[in-house]
Amino acid sequence: MKQRGLQWTASRLARFAGTVCLLLCLAFSGSVSAADRVHFLIPGGAGGGWDSTARGVGEALARSGLVEVASYENLSGGGGSRAMAHLIETADRQTNTLMISSSPIILRSLRNLYPQSYRDLTPVASVVVDYGAFVVRVDSPYESWQDVIDDFSANPRGVNIAGGSSRASMDHIVAALAFQKSGVDARQMKYIPYNAGGHAMVGLLSGETQLLSTGLSEAIALADQGEVRILAMTAPDRLERVPDVPTLVEQGVPAVFSNWRGFFAAPGASAAQIQQFRATLSALFETDAWRTIRELRGWTDFHVTGDAFDTFLDQQEQDMAVLLRELGLLE
Amino acid sequence: MIDGILTGLQTAFSPINLLMVFVGCFAGTFIGMLPGLGPVSAIALMIPITYGLDPASGLILIAGVYYGAIFGGSTSAILINAPGVSGAVATAFDGYPLAQRGQAGKALAIAAYGSFAGGTVGAILLLVFVPFLAKVSLSFQSADYFALMLFGCTAVAAFSGKGQVVKAILMTLLGLMLATVGEDPSGIQRFTFGNADFYDGISFLLLSMATFALAEALIVVLRGSGGSATASDLEKDKLGSMKLSSDEVRDIAPAVGRSSILGFFVGILPGAGATIASFLAYGMERNAAPGDKKEEFGDGSHRGLAAPETANNAASTGSFVPLLTLGIPGSATTAVMLGALLSYGVQPGPRRYIDSPAVFWSVIISMYVGNIILLVLNLPLIPYISKLLSVPRQLLTPIILFFSLMGVYLVSFNTIDLSMMVAIGAIAVVIRILDYPLAPLLLGFILGGMLEDNLRRALLIWDGSFAFLWQRPITATIMVITLLTLLIPVIGSLRDGRRARHPDPFME
Repeated sequence: MKQRGLQWTASRLARFAGTVCLLLCLAFSGSVSAADRVHFLIPGGAGGGWDSTARGVGEALARSGLVEVASYENLSGGGGSRAMAHLIETADRQTNTLMISSSPIILRSLRNLYPQSYRDLTPVASVVVDYGAFVVRVDSPYESWQDVIDDFSANPRGVNIAGGSSRASMDHIVAALAFQKSGVDARQMKYIPYNAGGHAMVGLLSGETQLLSTGLSEAIALADQGEVRILAMTAPDRLERVPDVPTLVEQGVPAVFSNWRGFFAAPGASAAQIQQFRATLSALFETDAWRTIRELRGWTDFHVTGDAFDTFLDQQEQDMAVLLRELGLLE
Repeated sequence: MIDGILTGLQTAFSPINLLMVFVGCFAGTFIGMLPGLGPVSAIALMIPITYGLDPASGLILIAGVYYGAIFGGSTSAILINAPGVSGAVATAFDGYPLAQRGQAGKALAIAAYGSFAGGTVGAILLLVFVPFLAKVSLSFQSADYFALMLFGCTAVAAFSGKGQVVKAILMTLLGLMLATVGEDPSGIQRFTFGNADFYDGISFLLLSMATFALAEALIVVLRGSGGSATASDLEKDKLGSMKLSSDEVRDIAPAVGRSSILGFFVGILPGAGATIASFLAYGMERNAAPGDKKEEFGDGSHRGLAAPETANNAASTGSFVPLLTLGIPGSATTAVMLGALLSYGVQPGPRRYIDSPAVFWSVIISMYVGNIILLVLNLPLIPYISKLLSVPRQLLTPIILFFSLMGVYLVSFNTIDLSMMVAIGAIAVVIRILDYPLAPLLLGFILGGMLEDNLRRALLIWDGSFAFLWQRPITATIMVITLLTLLIPVIGSLRDGRRARHPDPFME
């Protein structure tokens, strides 16, 4: 009787231990570390630049096995500030979350359009860069950037400059930077805002504007097919992808502007967590999956990570603040 | 080009691709039926599934989902006054009253035939005129868009019943005012009260769901159970009947023809899109209709249902023109499509239909196949879908409330939107009780943004002068049409008024 009871208890114990082991296994497989699961928070809607970059990175990470699962969440609103607010509010639940962002995050904080700034988040690393490009129609009389400046000096009201975002946002600021560094009064620029880069391109092609300020990546395809010409771009050096497009610097205009796209983690993320994110993203650049996606999308790698990313952001913020003040767009 | 079309036909009619269109249409229809989930979400959901497929099949699947979602949106607009996509809002104007009169089956059938016709005409125009159409979409400048939107405003007459002209104009103005909420193109905040949730303005879908679906449900609640005759009290067996008499077909056919062409050309213009096309077509048909037919608009007119439904499908096809010929997406949906194209390594552009004809033409041809499949898929389903209305009101109303609130939440994941929606819904109930028409509010709202943006750009470009109104030929032509549309009925009613000694010709 006693023995039977003991046996019974032993088998029960064994079963119990087995169950615990099983549960532990489940728990371990389910307890997600950054390398298993990354959740991308996208501050804009489907189809936008943030969306395509985050999904491109996620896809490459998943395809190359660097993470098991990549999930995405589009949270648009307030020009990106709602996603930031959400990340800050729910920081303790967002240990696996990477929020994508780009240069406008700095511009909008400077202009007090955001209640937050990138300093309220934890910068992780940048991944790709796009440069500002100045585009004209194929039949445009402008052959070089200098032609634009000459025409502008003669009659500032005669050069309509299209851009795909509102006044004082990126397309406008990049154009203003280029004009200012060319030695003319950028405050006299006639900037014509459109609600998307594509619409601004149509505006240029329809003939109502003479110059388009846009992202290089948005102009390459049409330039390749001979529909438009790119007069200049804001990279420091010529790019492999478009060897024929001159930089502003080589045309004697010291204007360099990088529209980075990069990732931020929740505020208060642990050092180990950030380290893991950075390691994962660094490994990304070595994968074939990433190279394929990057080629397809026409992106340029821009891997600034660690403390260098913080320094880079600080520098860009200072530069833009100076420019905005000089343009009278910021008190 | 003929070779290209033949290659395309071969690709589109391969069994796997036919299956893709079928699956796409089926999935799209159901996603589109859920209020709030439109083609953008449907395509975004589908893109990961298409990664494993070859480019042509993947794009065909996506095109199918796109059509399905647009079609599905009109089903919920007709049955429960909750347009699933903004392109289907104008469909609800006459579709819902028809369904309420116990003709849900007929209404759904008209929508299906209209969509089919619009898609067919669109696909044919696309097939034949692609290279030429790219030029059309590039000949429109901001000044012309402004004139076109102004012309769109003349549709306000279409939304005003007898003696309601002043009320309708007031509601249009309210719509124009609501459209100014948010950050304007000069980077200035308007009516946002410093709240980041208002920076992007009010969404059209939220406004239309609040003023239609939500207000409708609230009114049913206000009236109580014994109040109005509901569809369930009407002859149930008639609900599913989708028979159209030959007179009815003859009545609708010209409207469908006109709306297909109008819709397609509006669709070509980047930024205008299916929603504006459907409103313009609705207004045009109302203005073109003979006297007694005019009265029916807004009250279950067959033409009023067929016109927007045809136009929005034709416009959706048209919106592929800037995408395929220039690689420029004209709408959020085509932007998502562009993303999908790019991830296949297909860069659309002027040389695309020469460089890889298989992909280019098979997408266009499968759009057409998609239309046929949609019709085949949906006609047999109509009798069953329309039986939804025989669900008792006590059950149906909470379901409508749930789906409309859920739909808006799923788009933005923002609880502020829900509060905003309930507030707008409550105001809309008051407006309806005071007998003001709500459709002009939506008209003003949808046109307001583009009206303002394009006027602003035109004025900037023309250095503050209004000379573009008569110096640009396209603008001037549209302005003349606008003036004629406004003046002809006034002159006509003045004449009639003199004859009949009508007390007030303007109150016609």
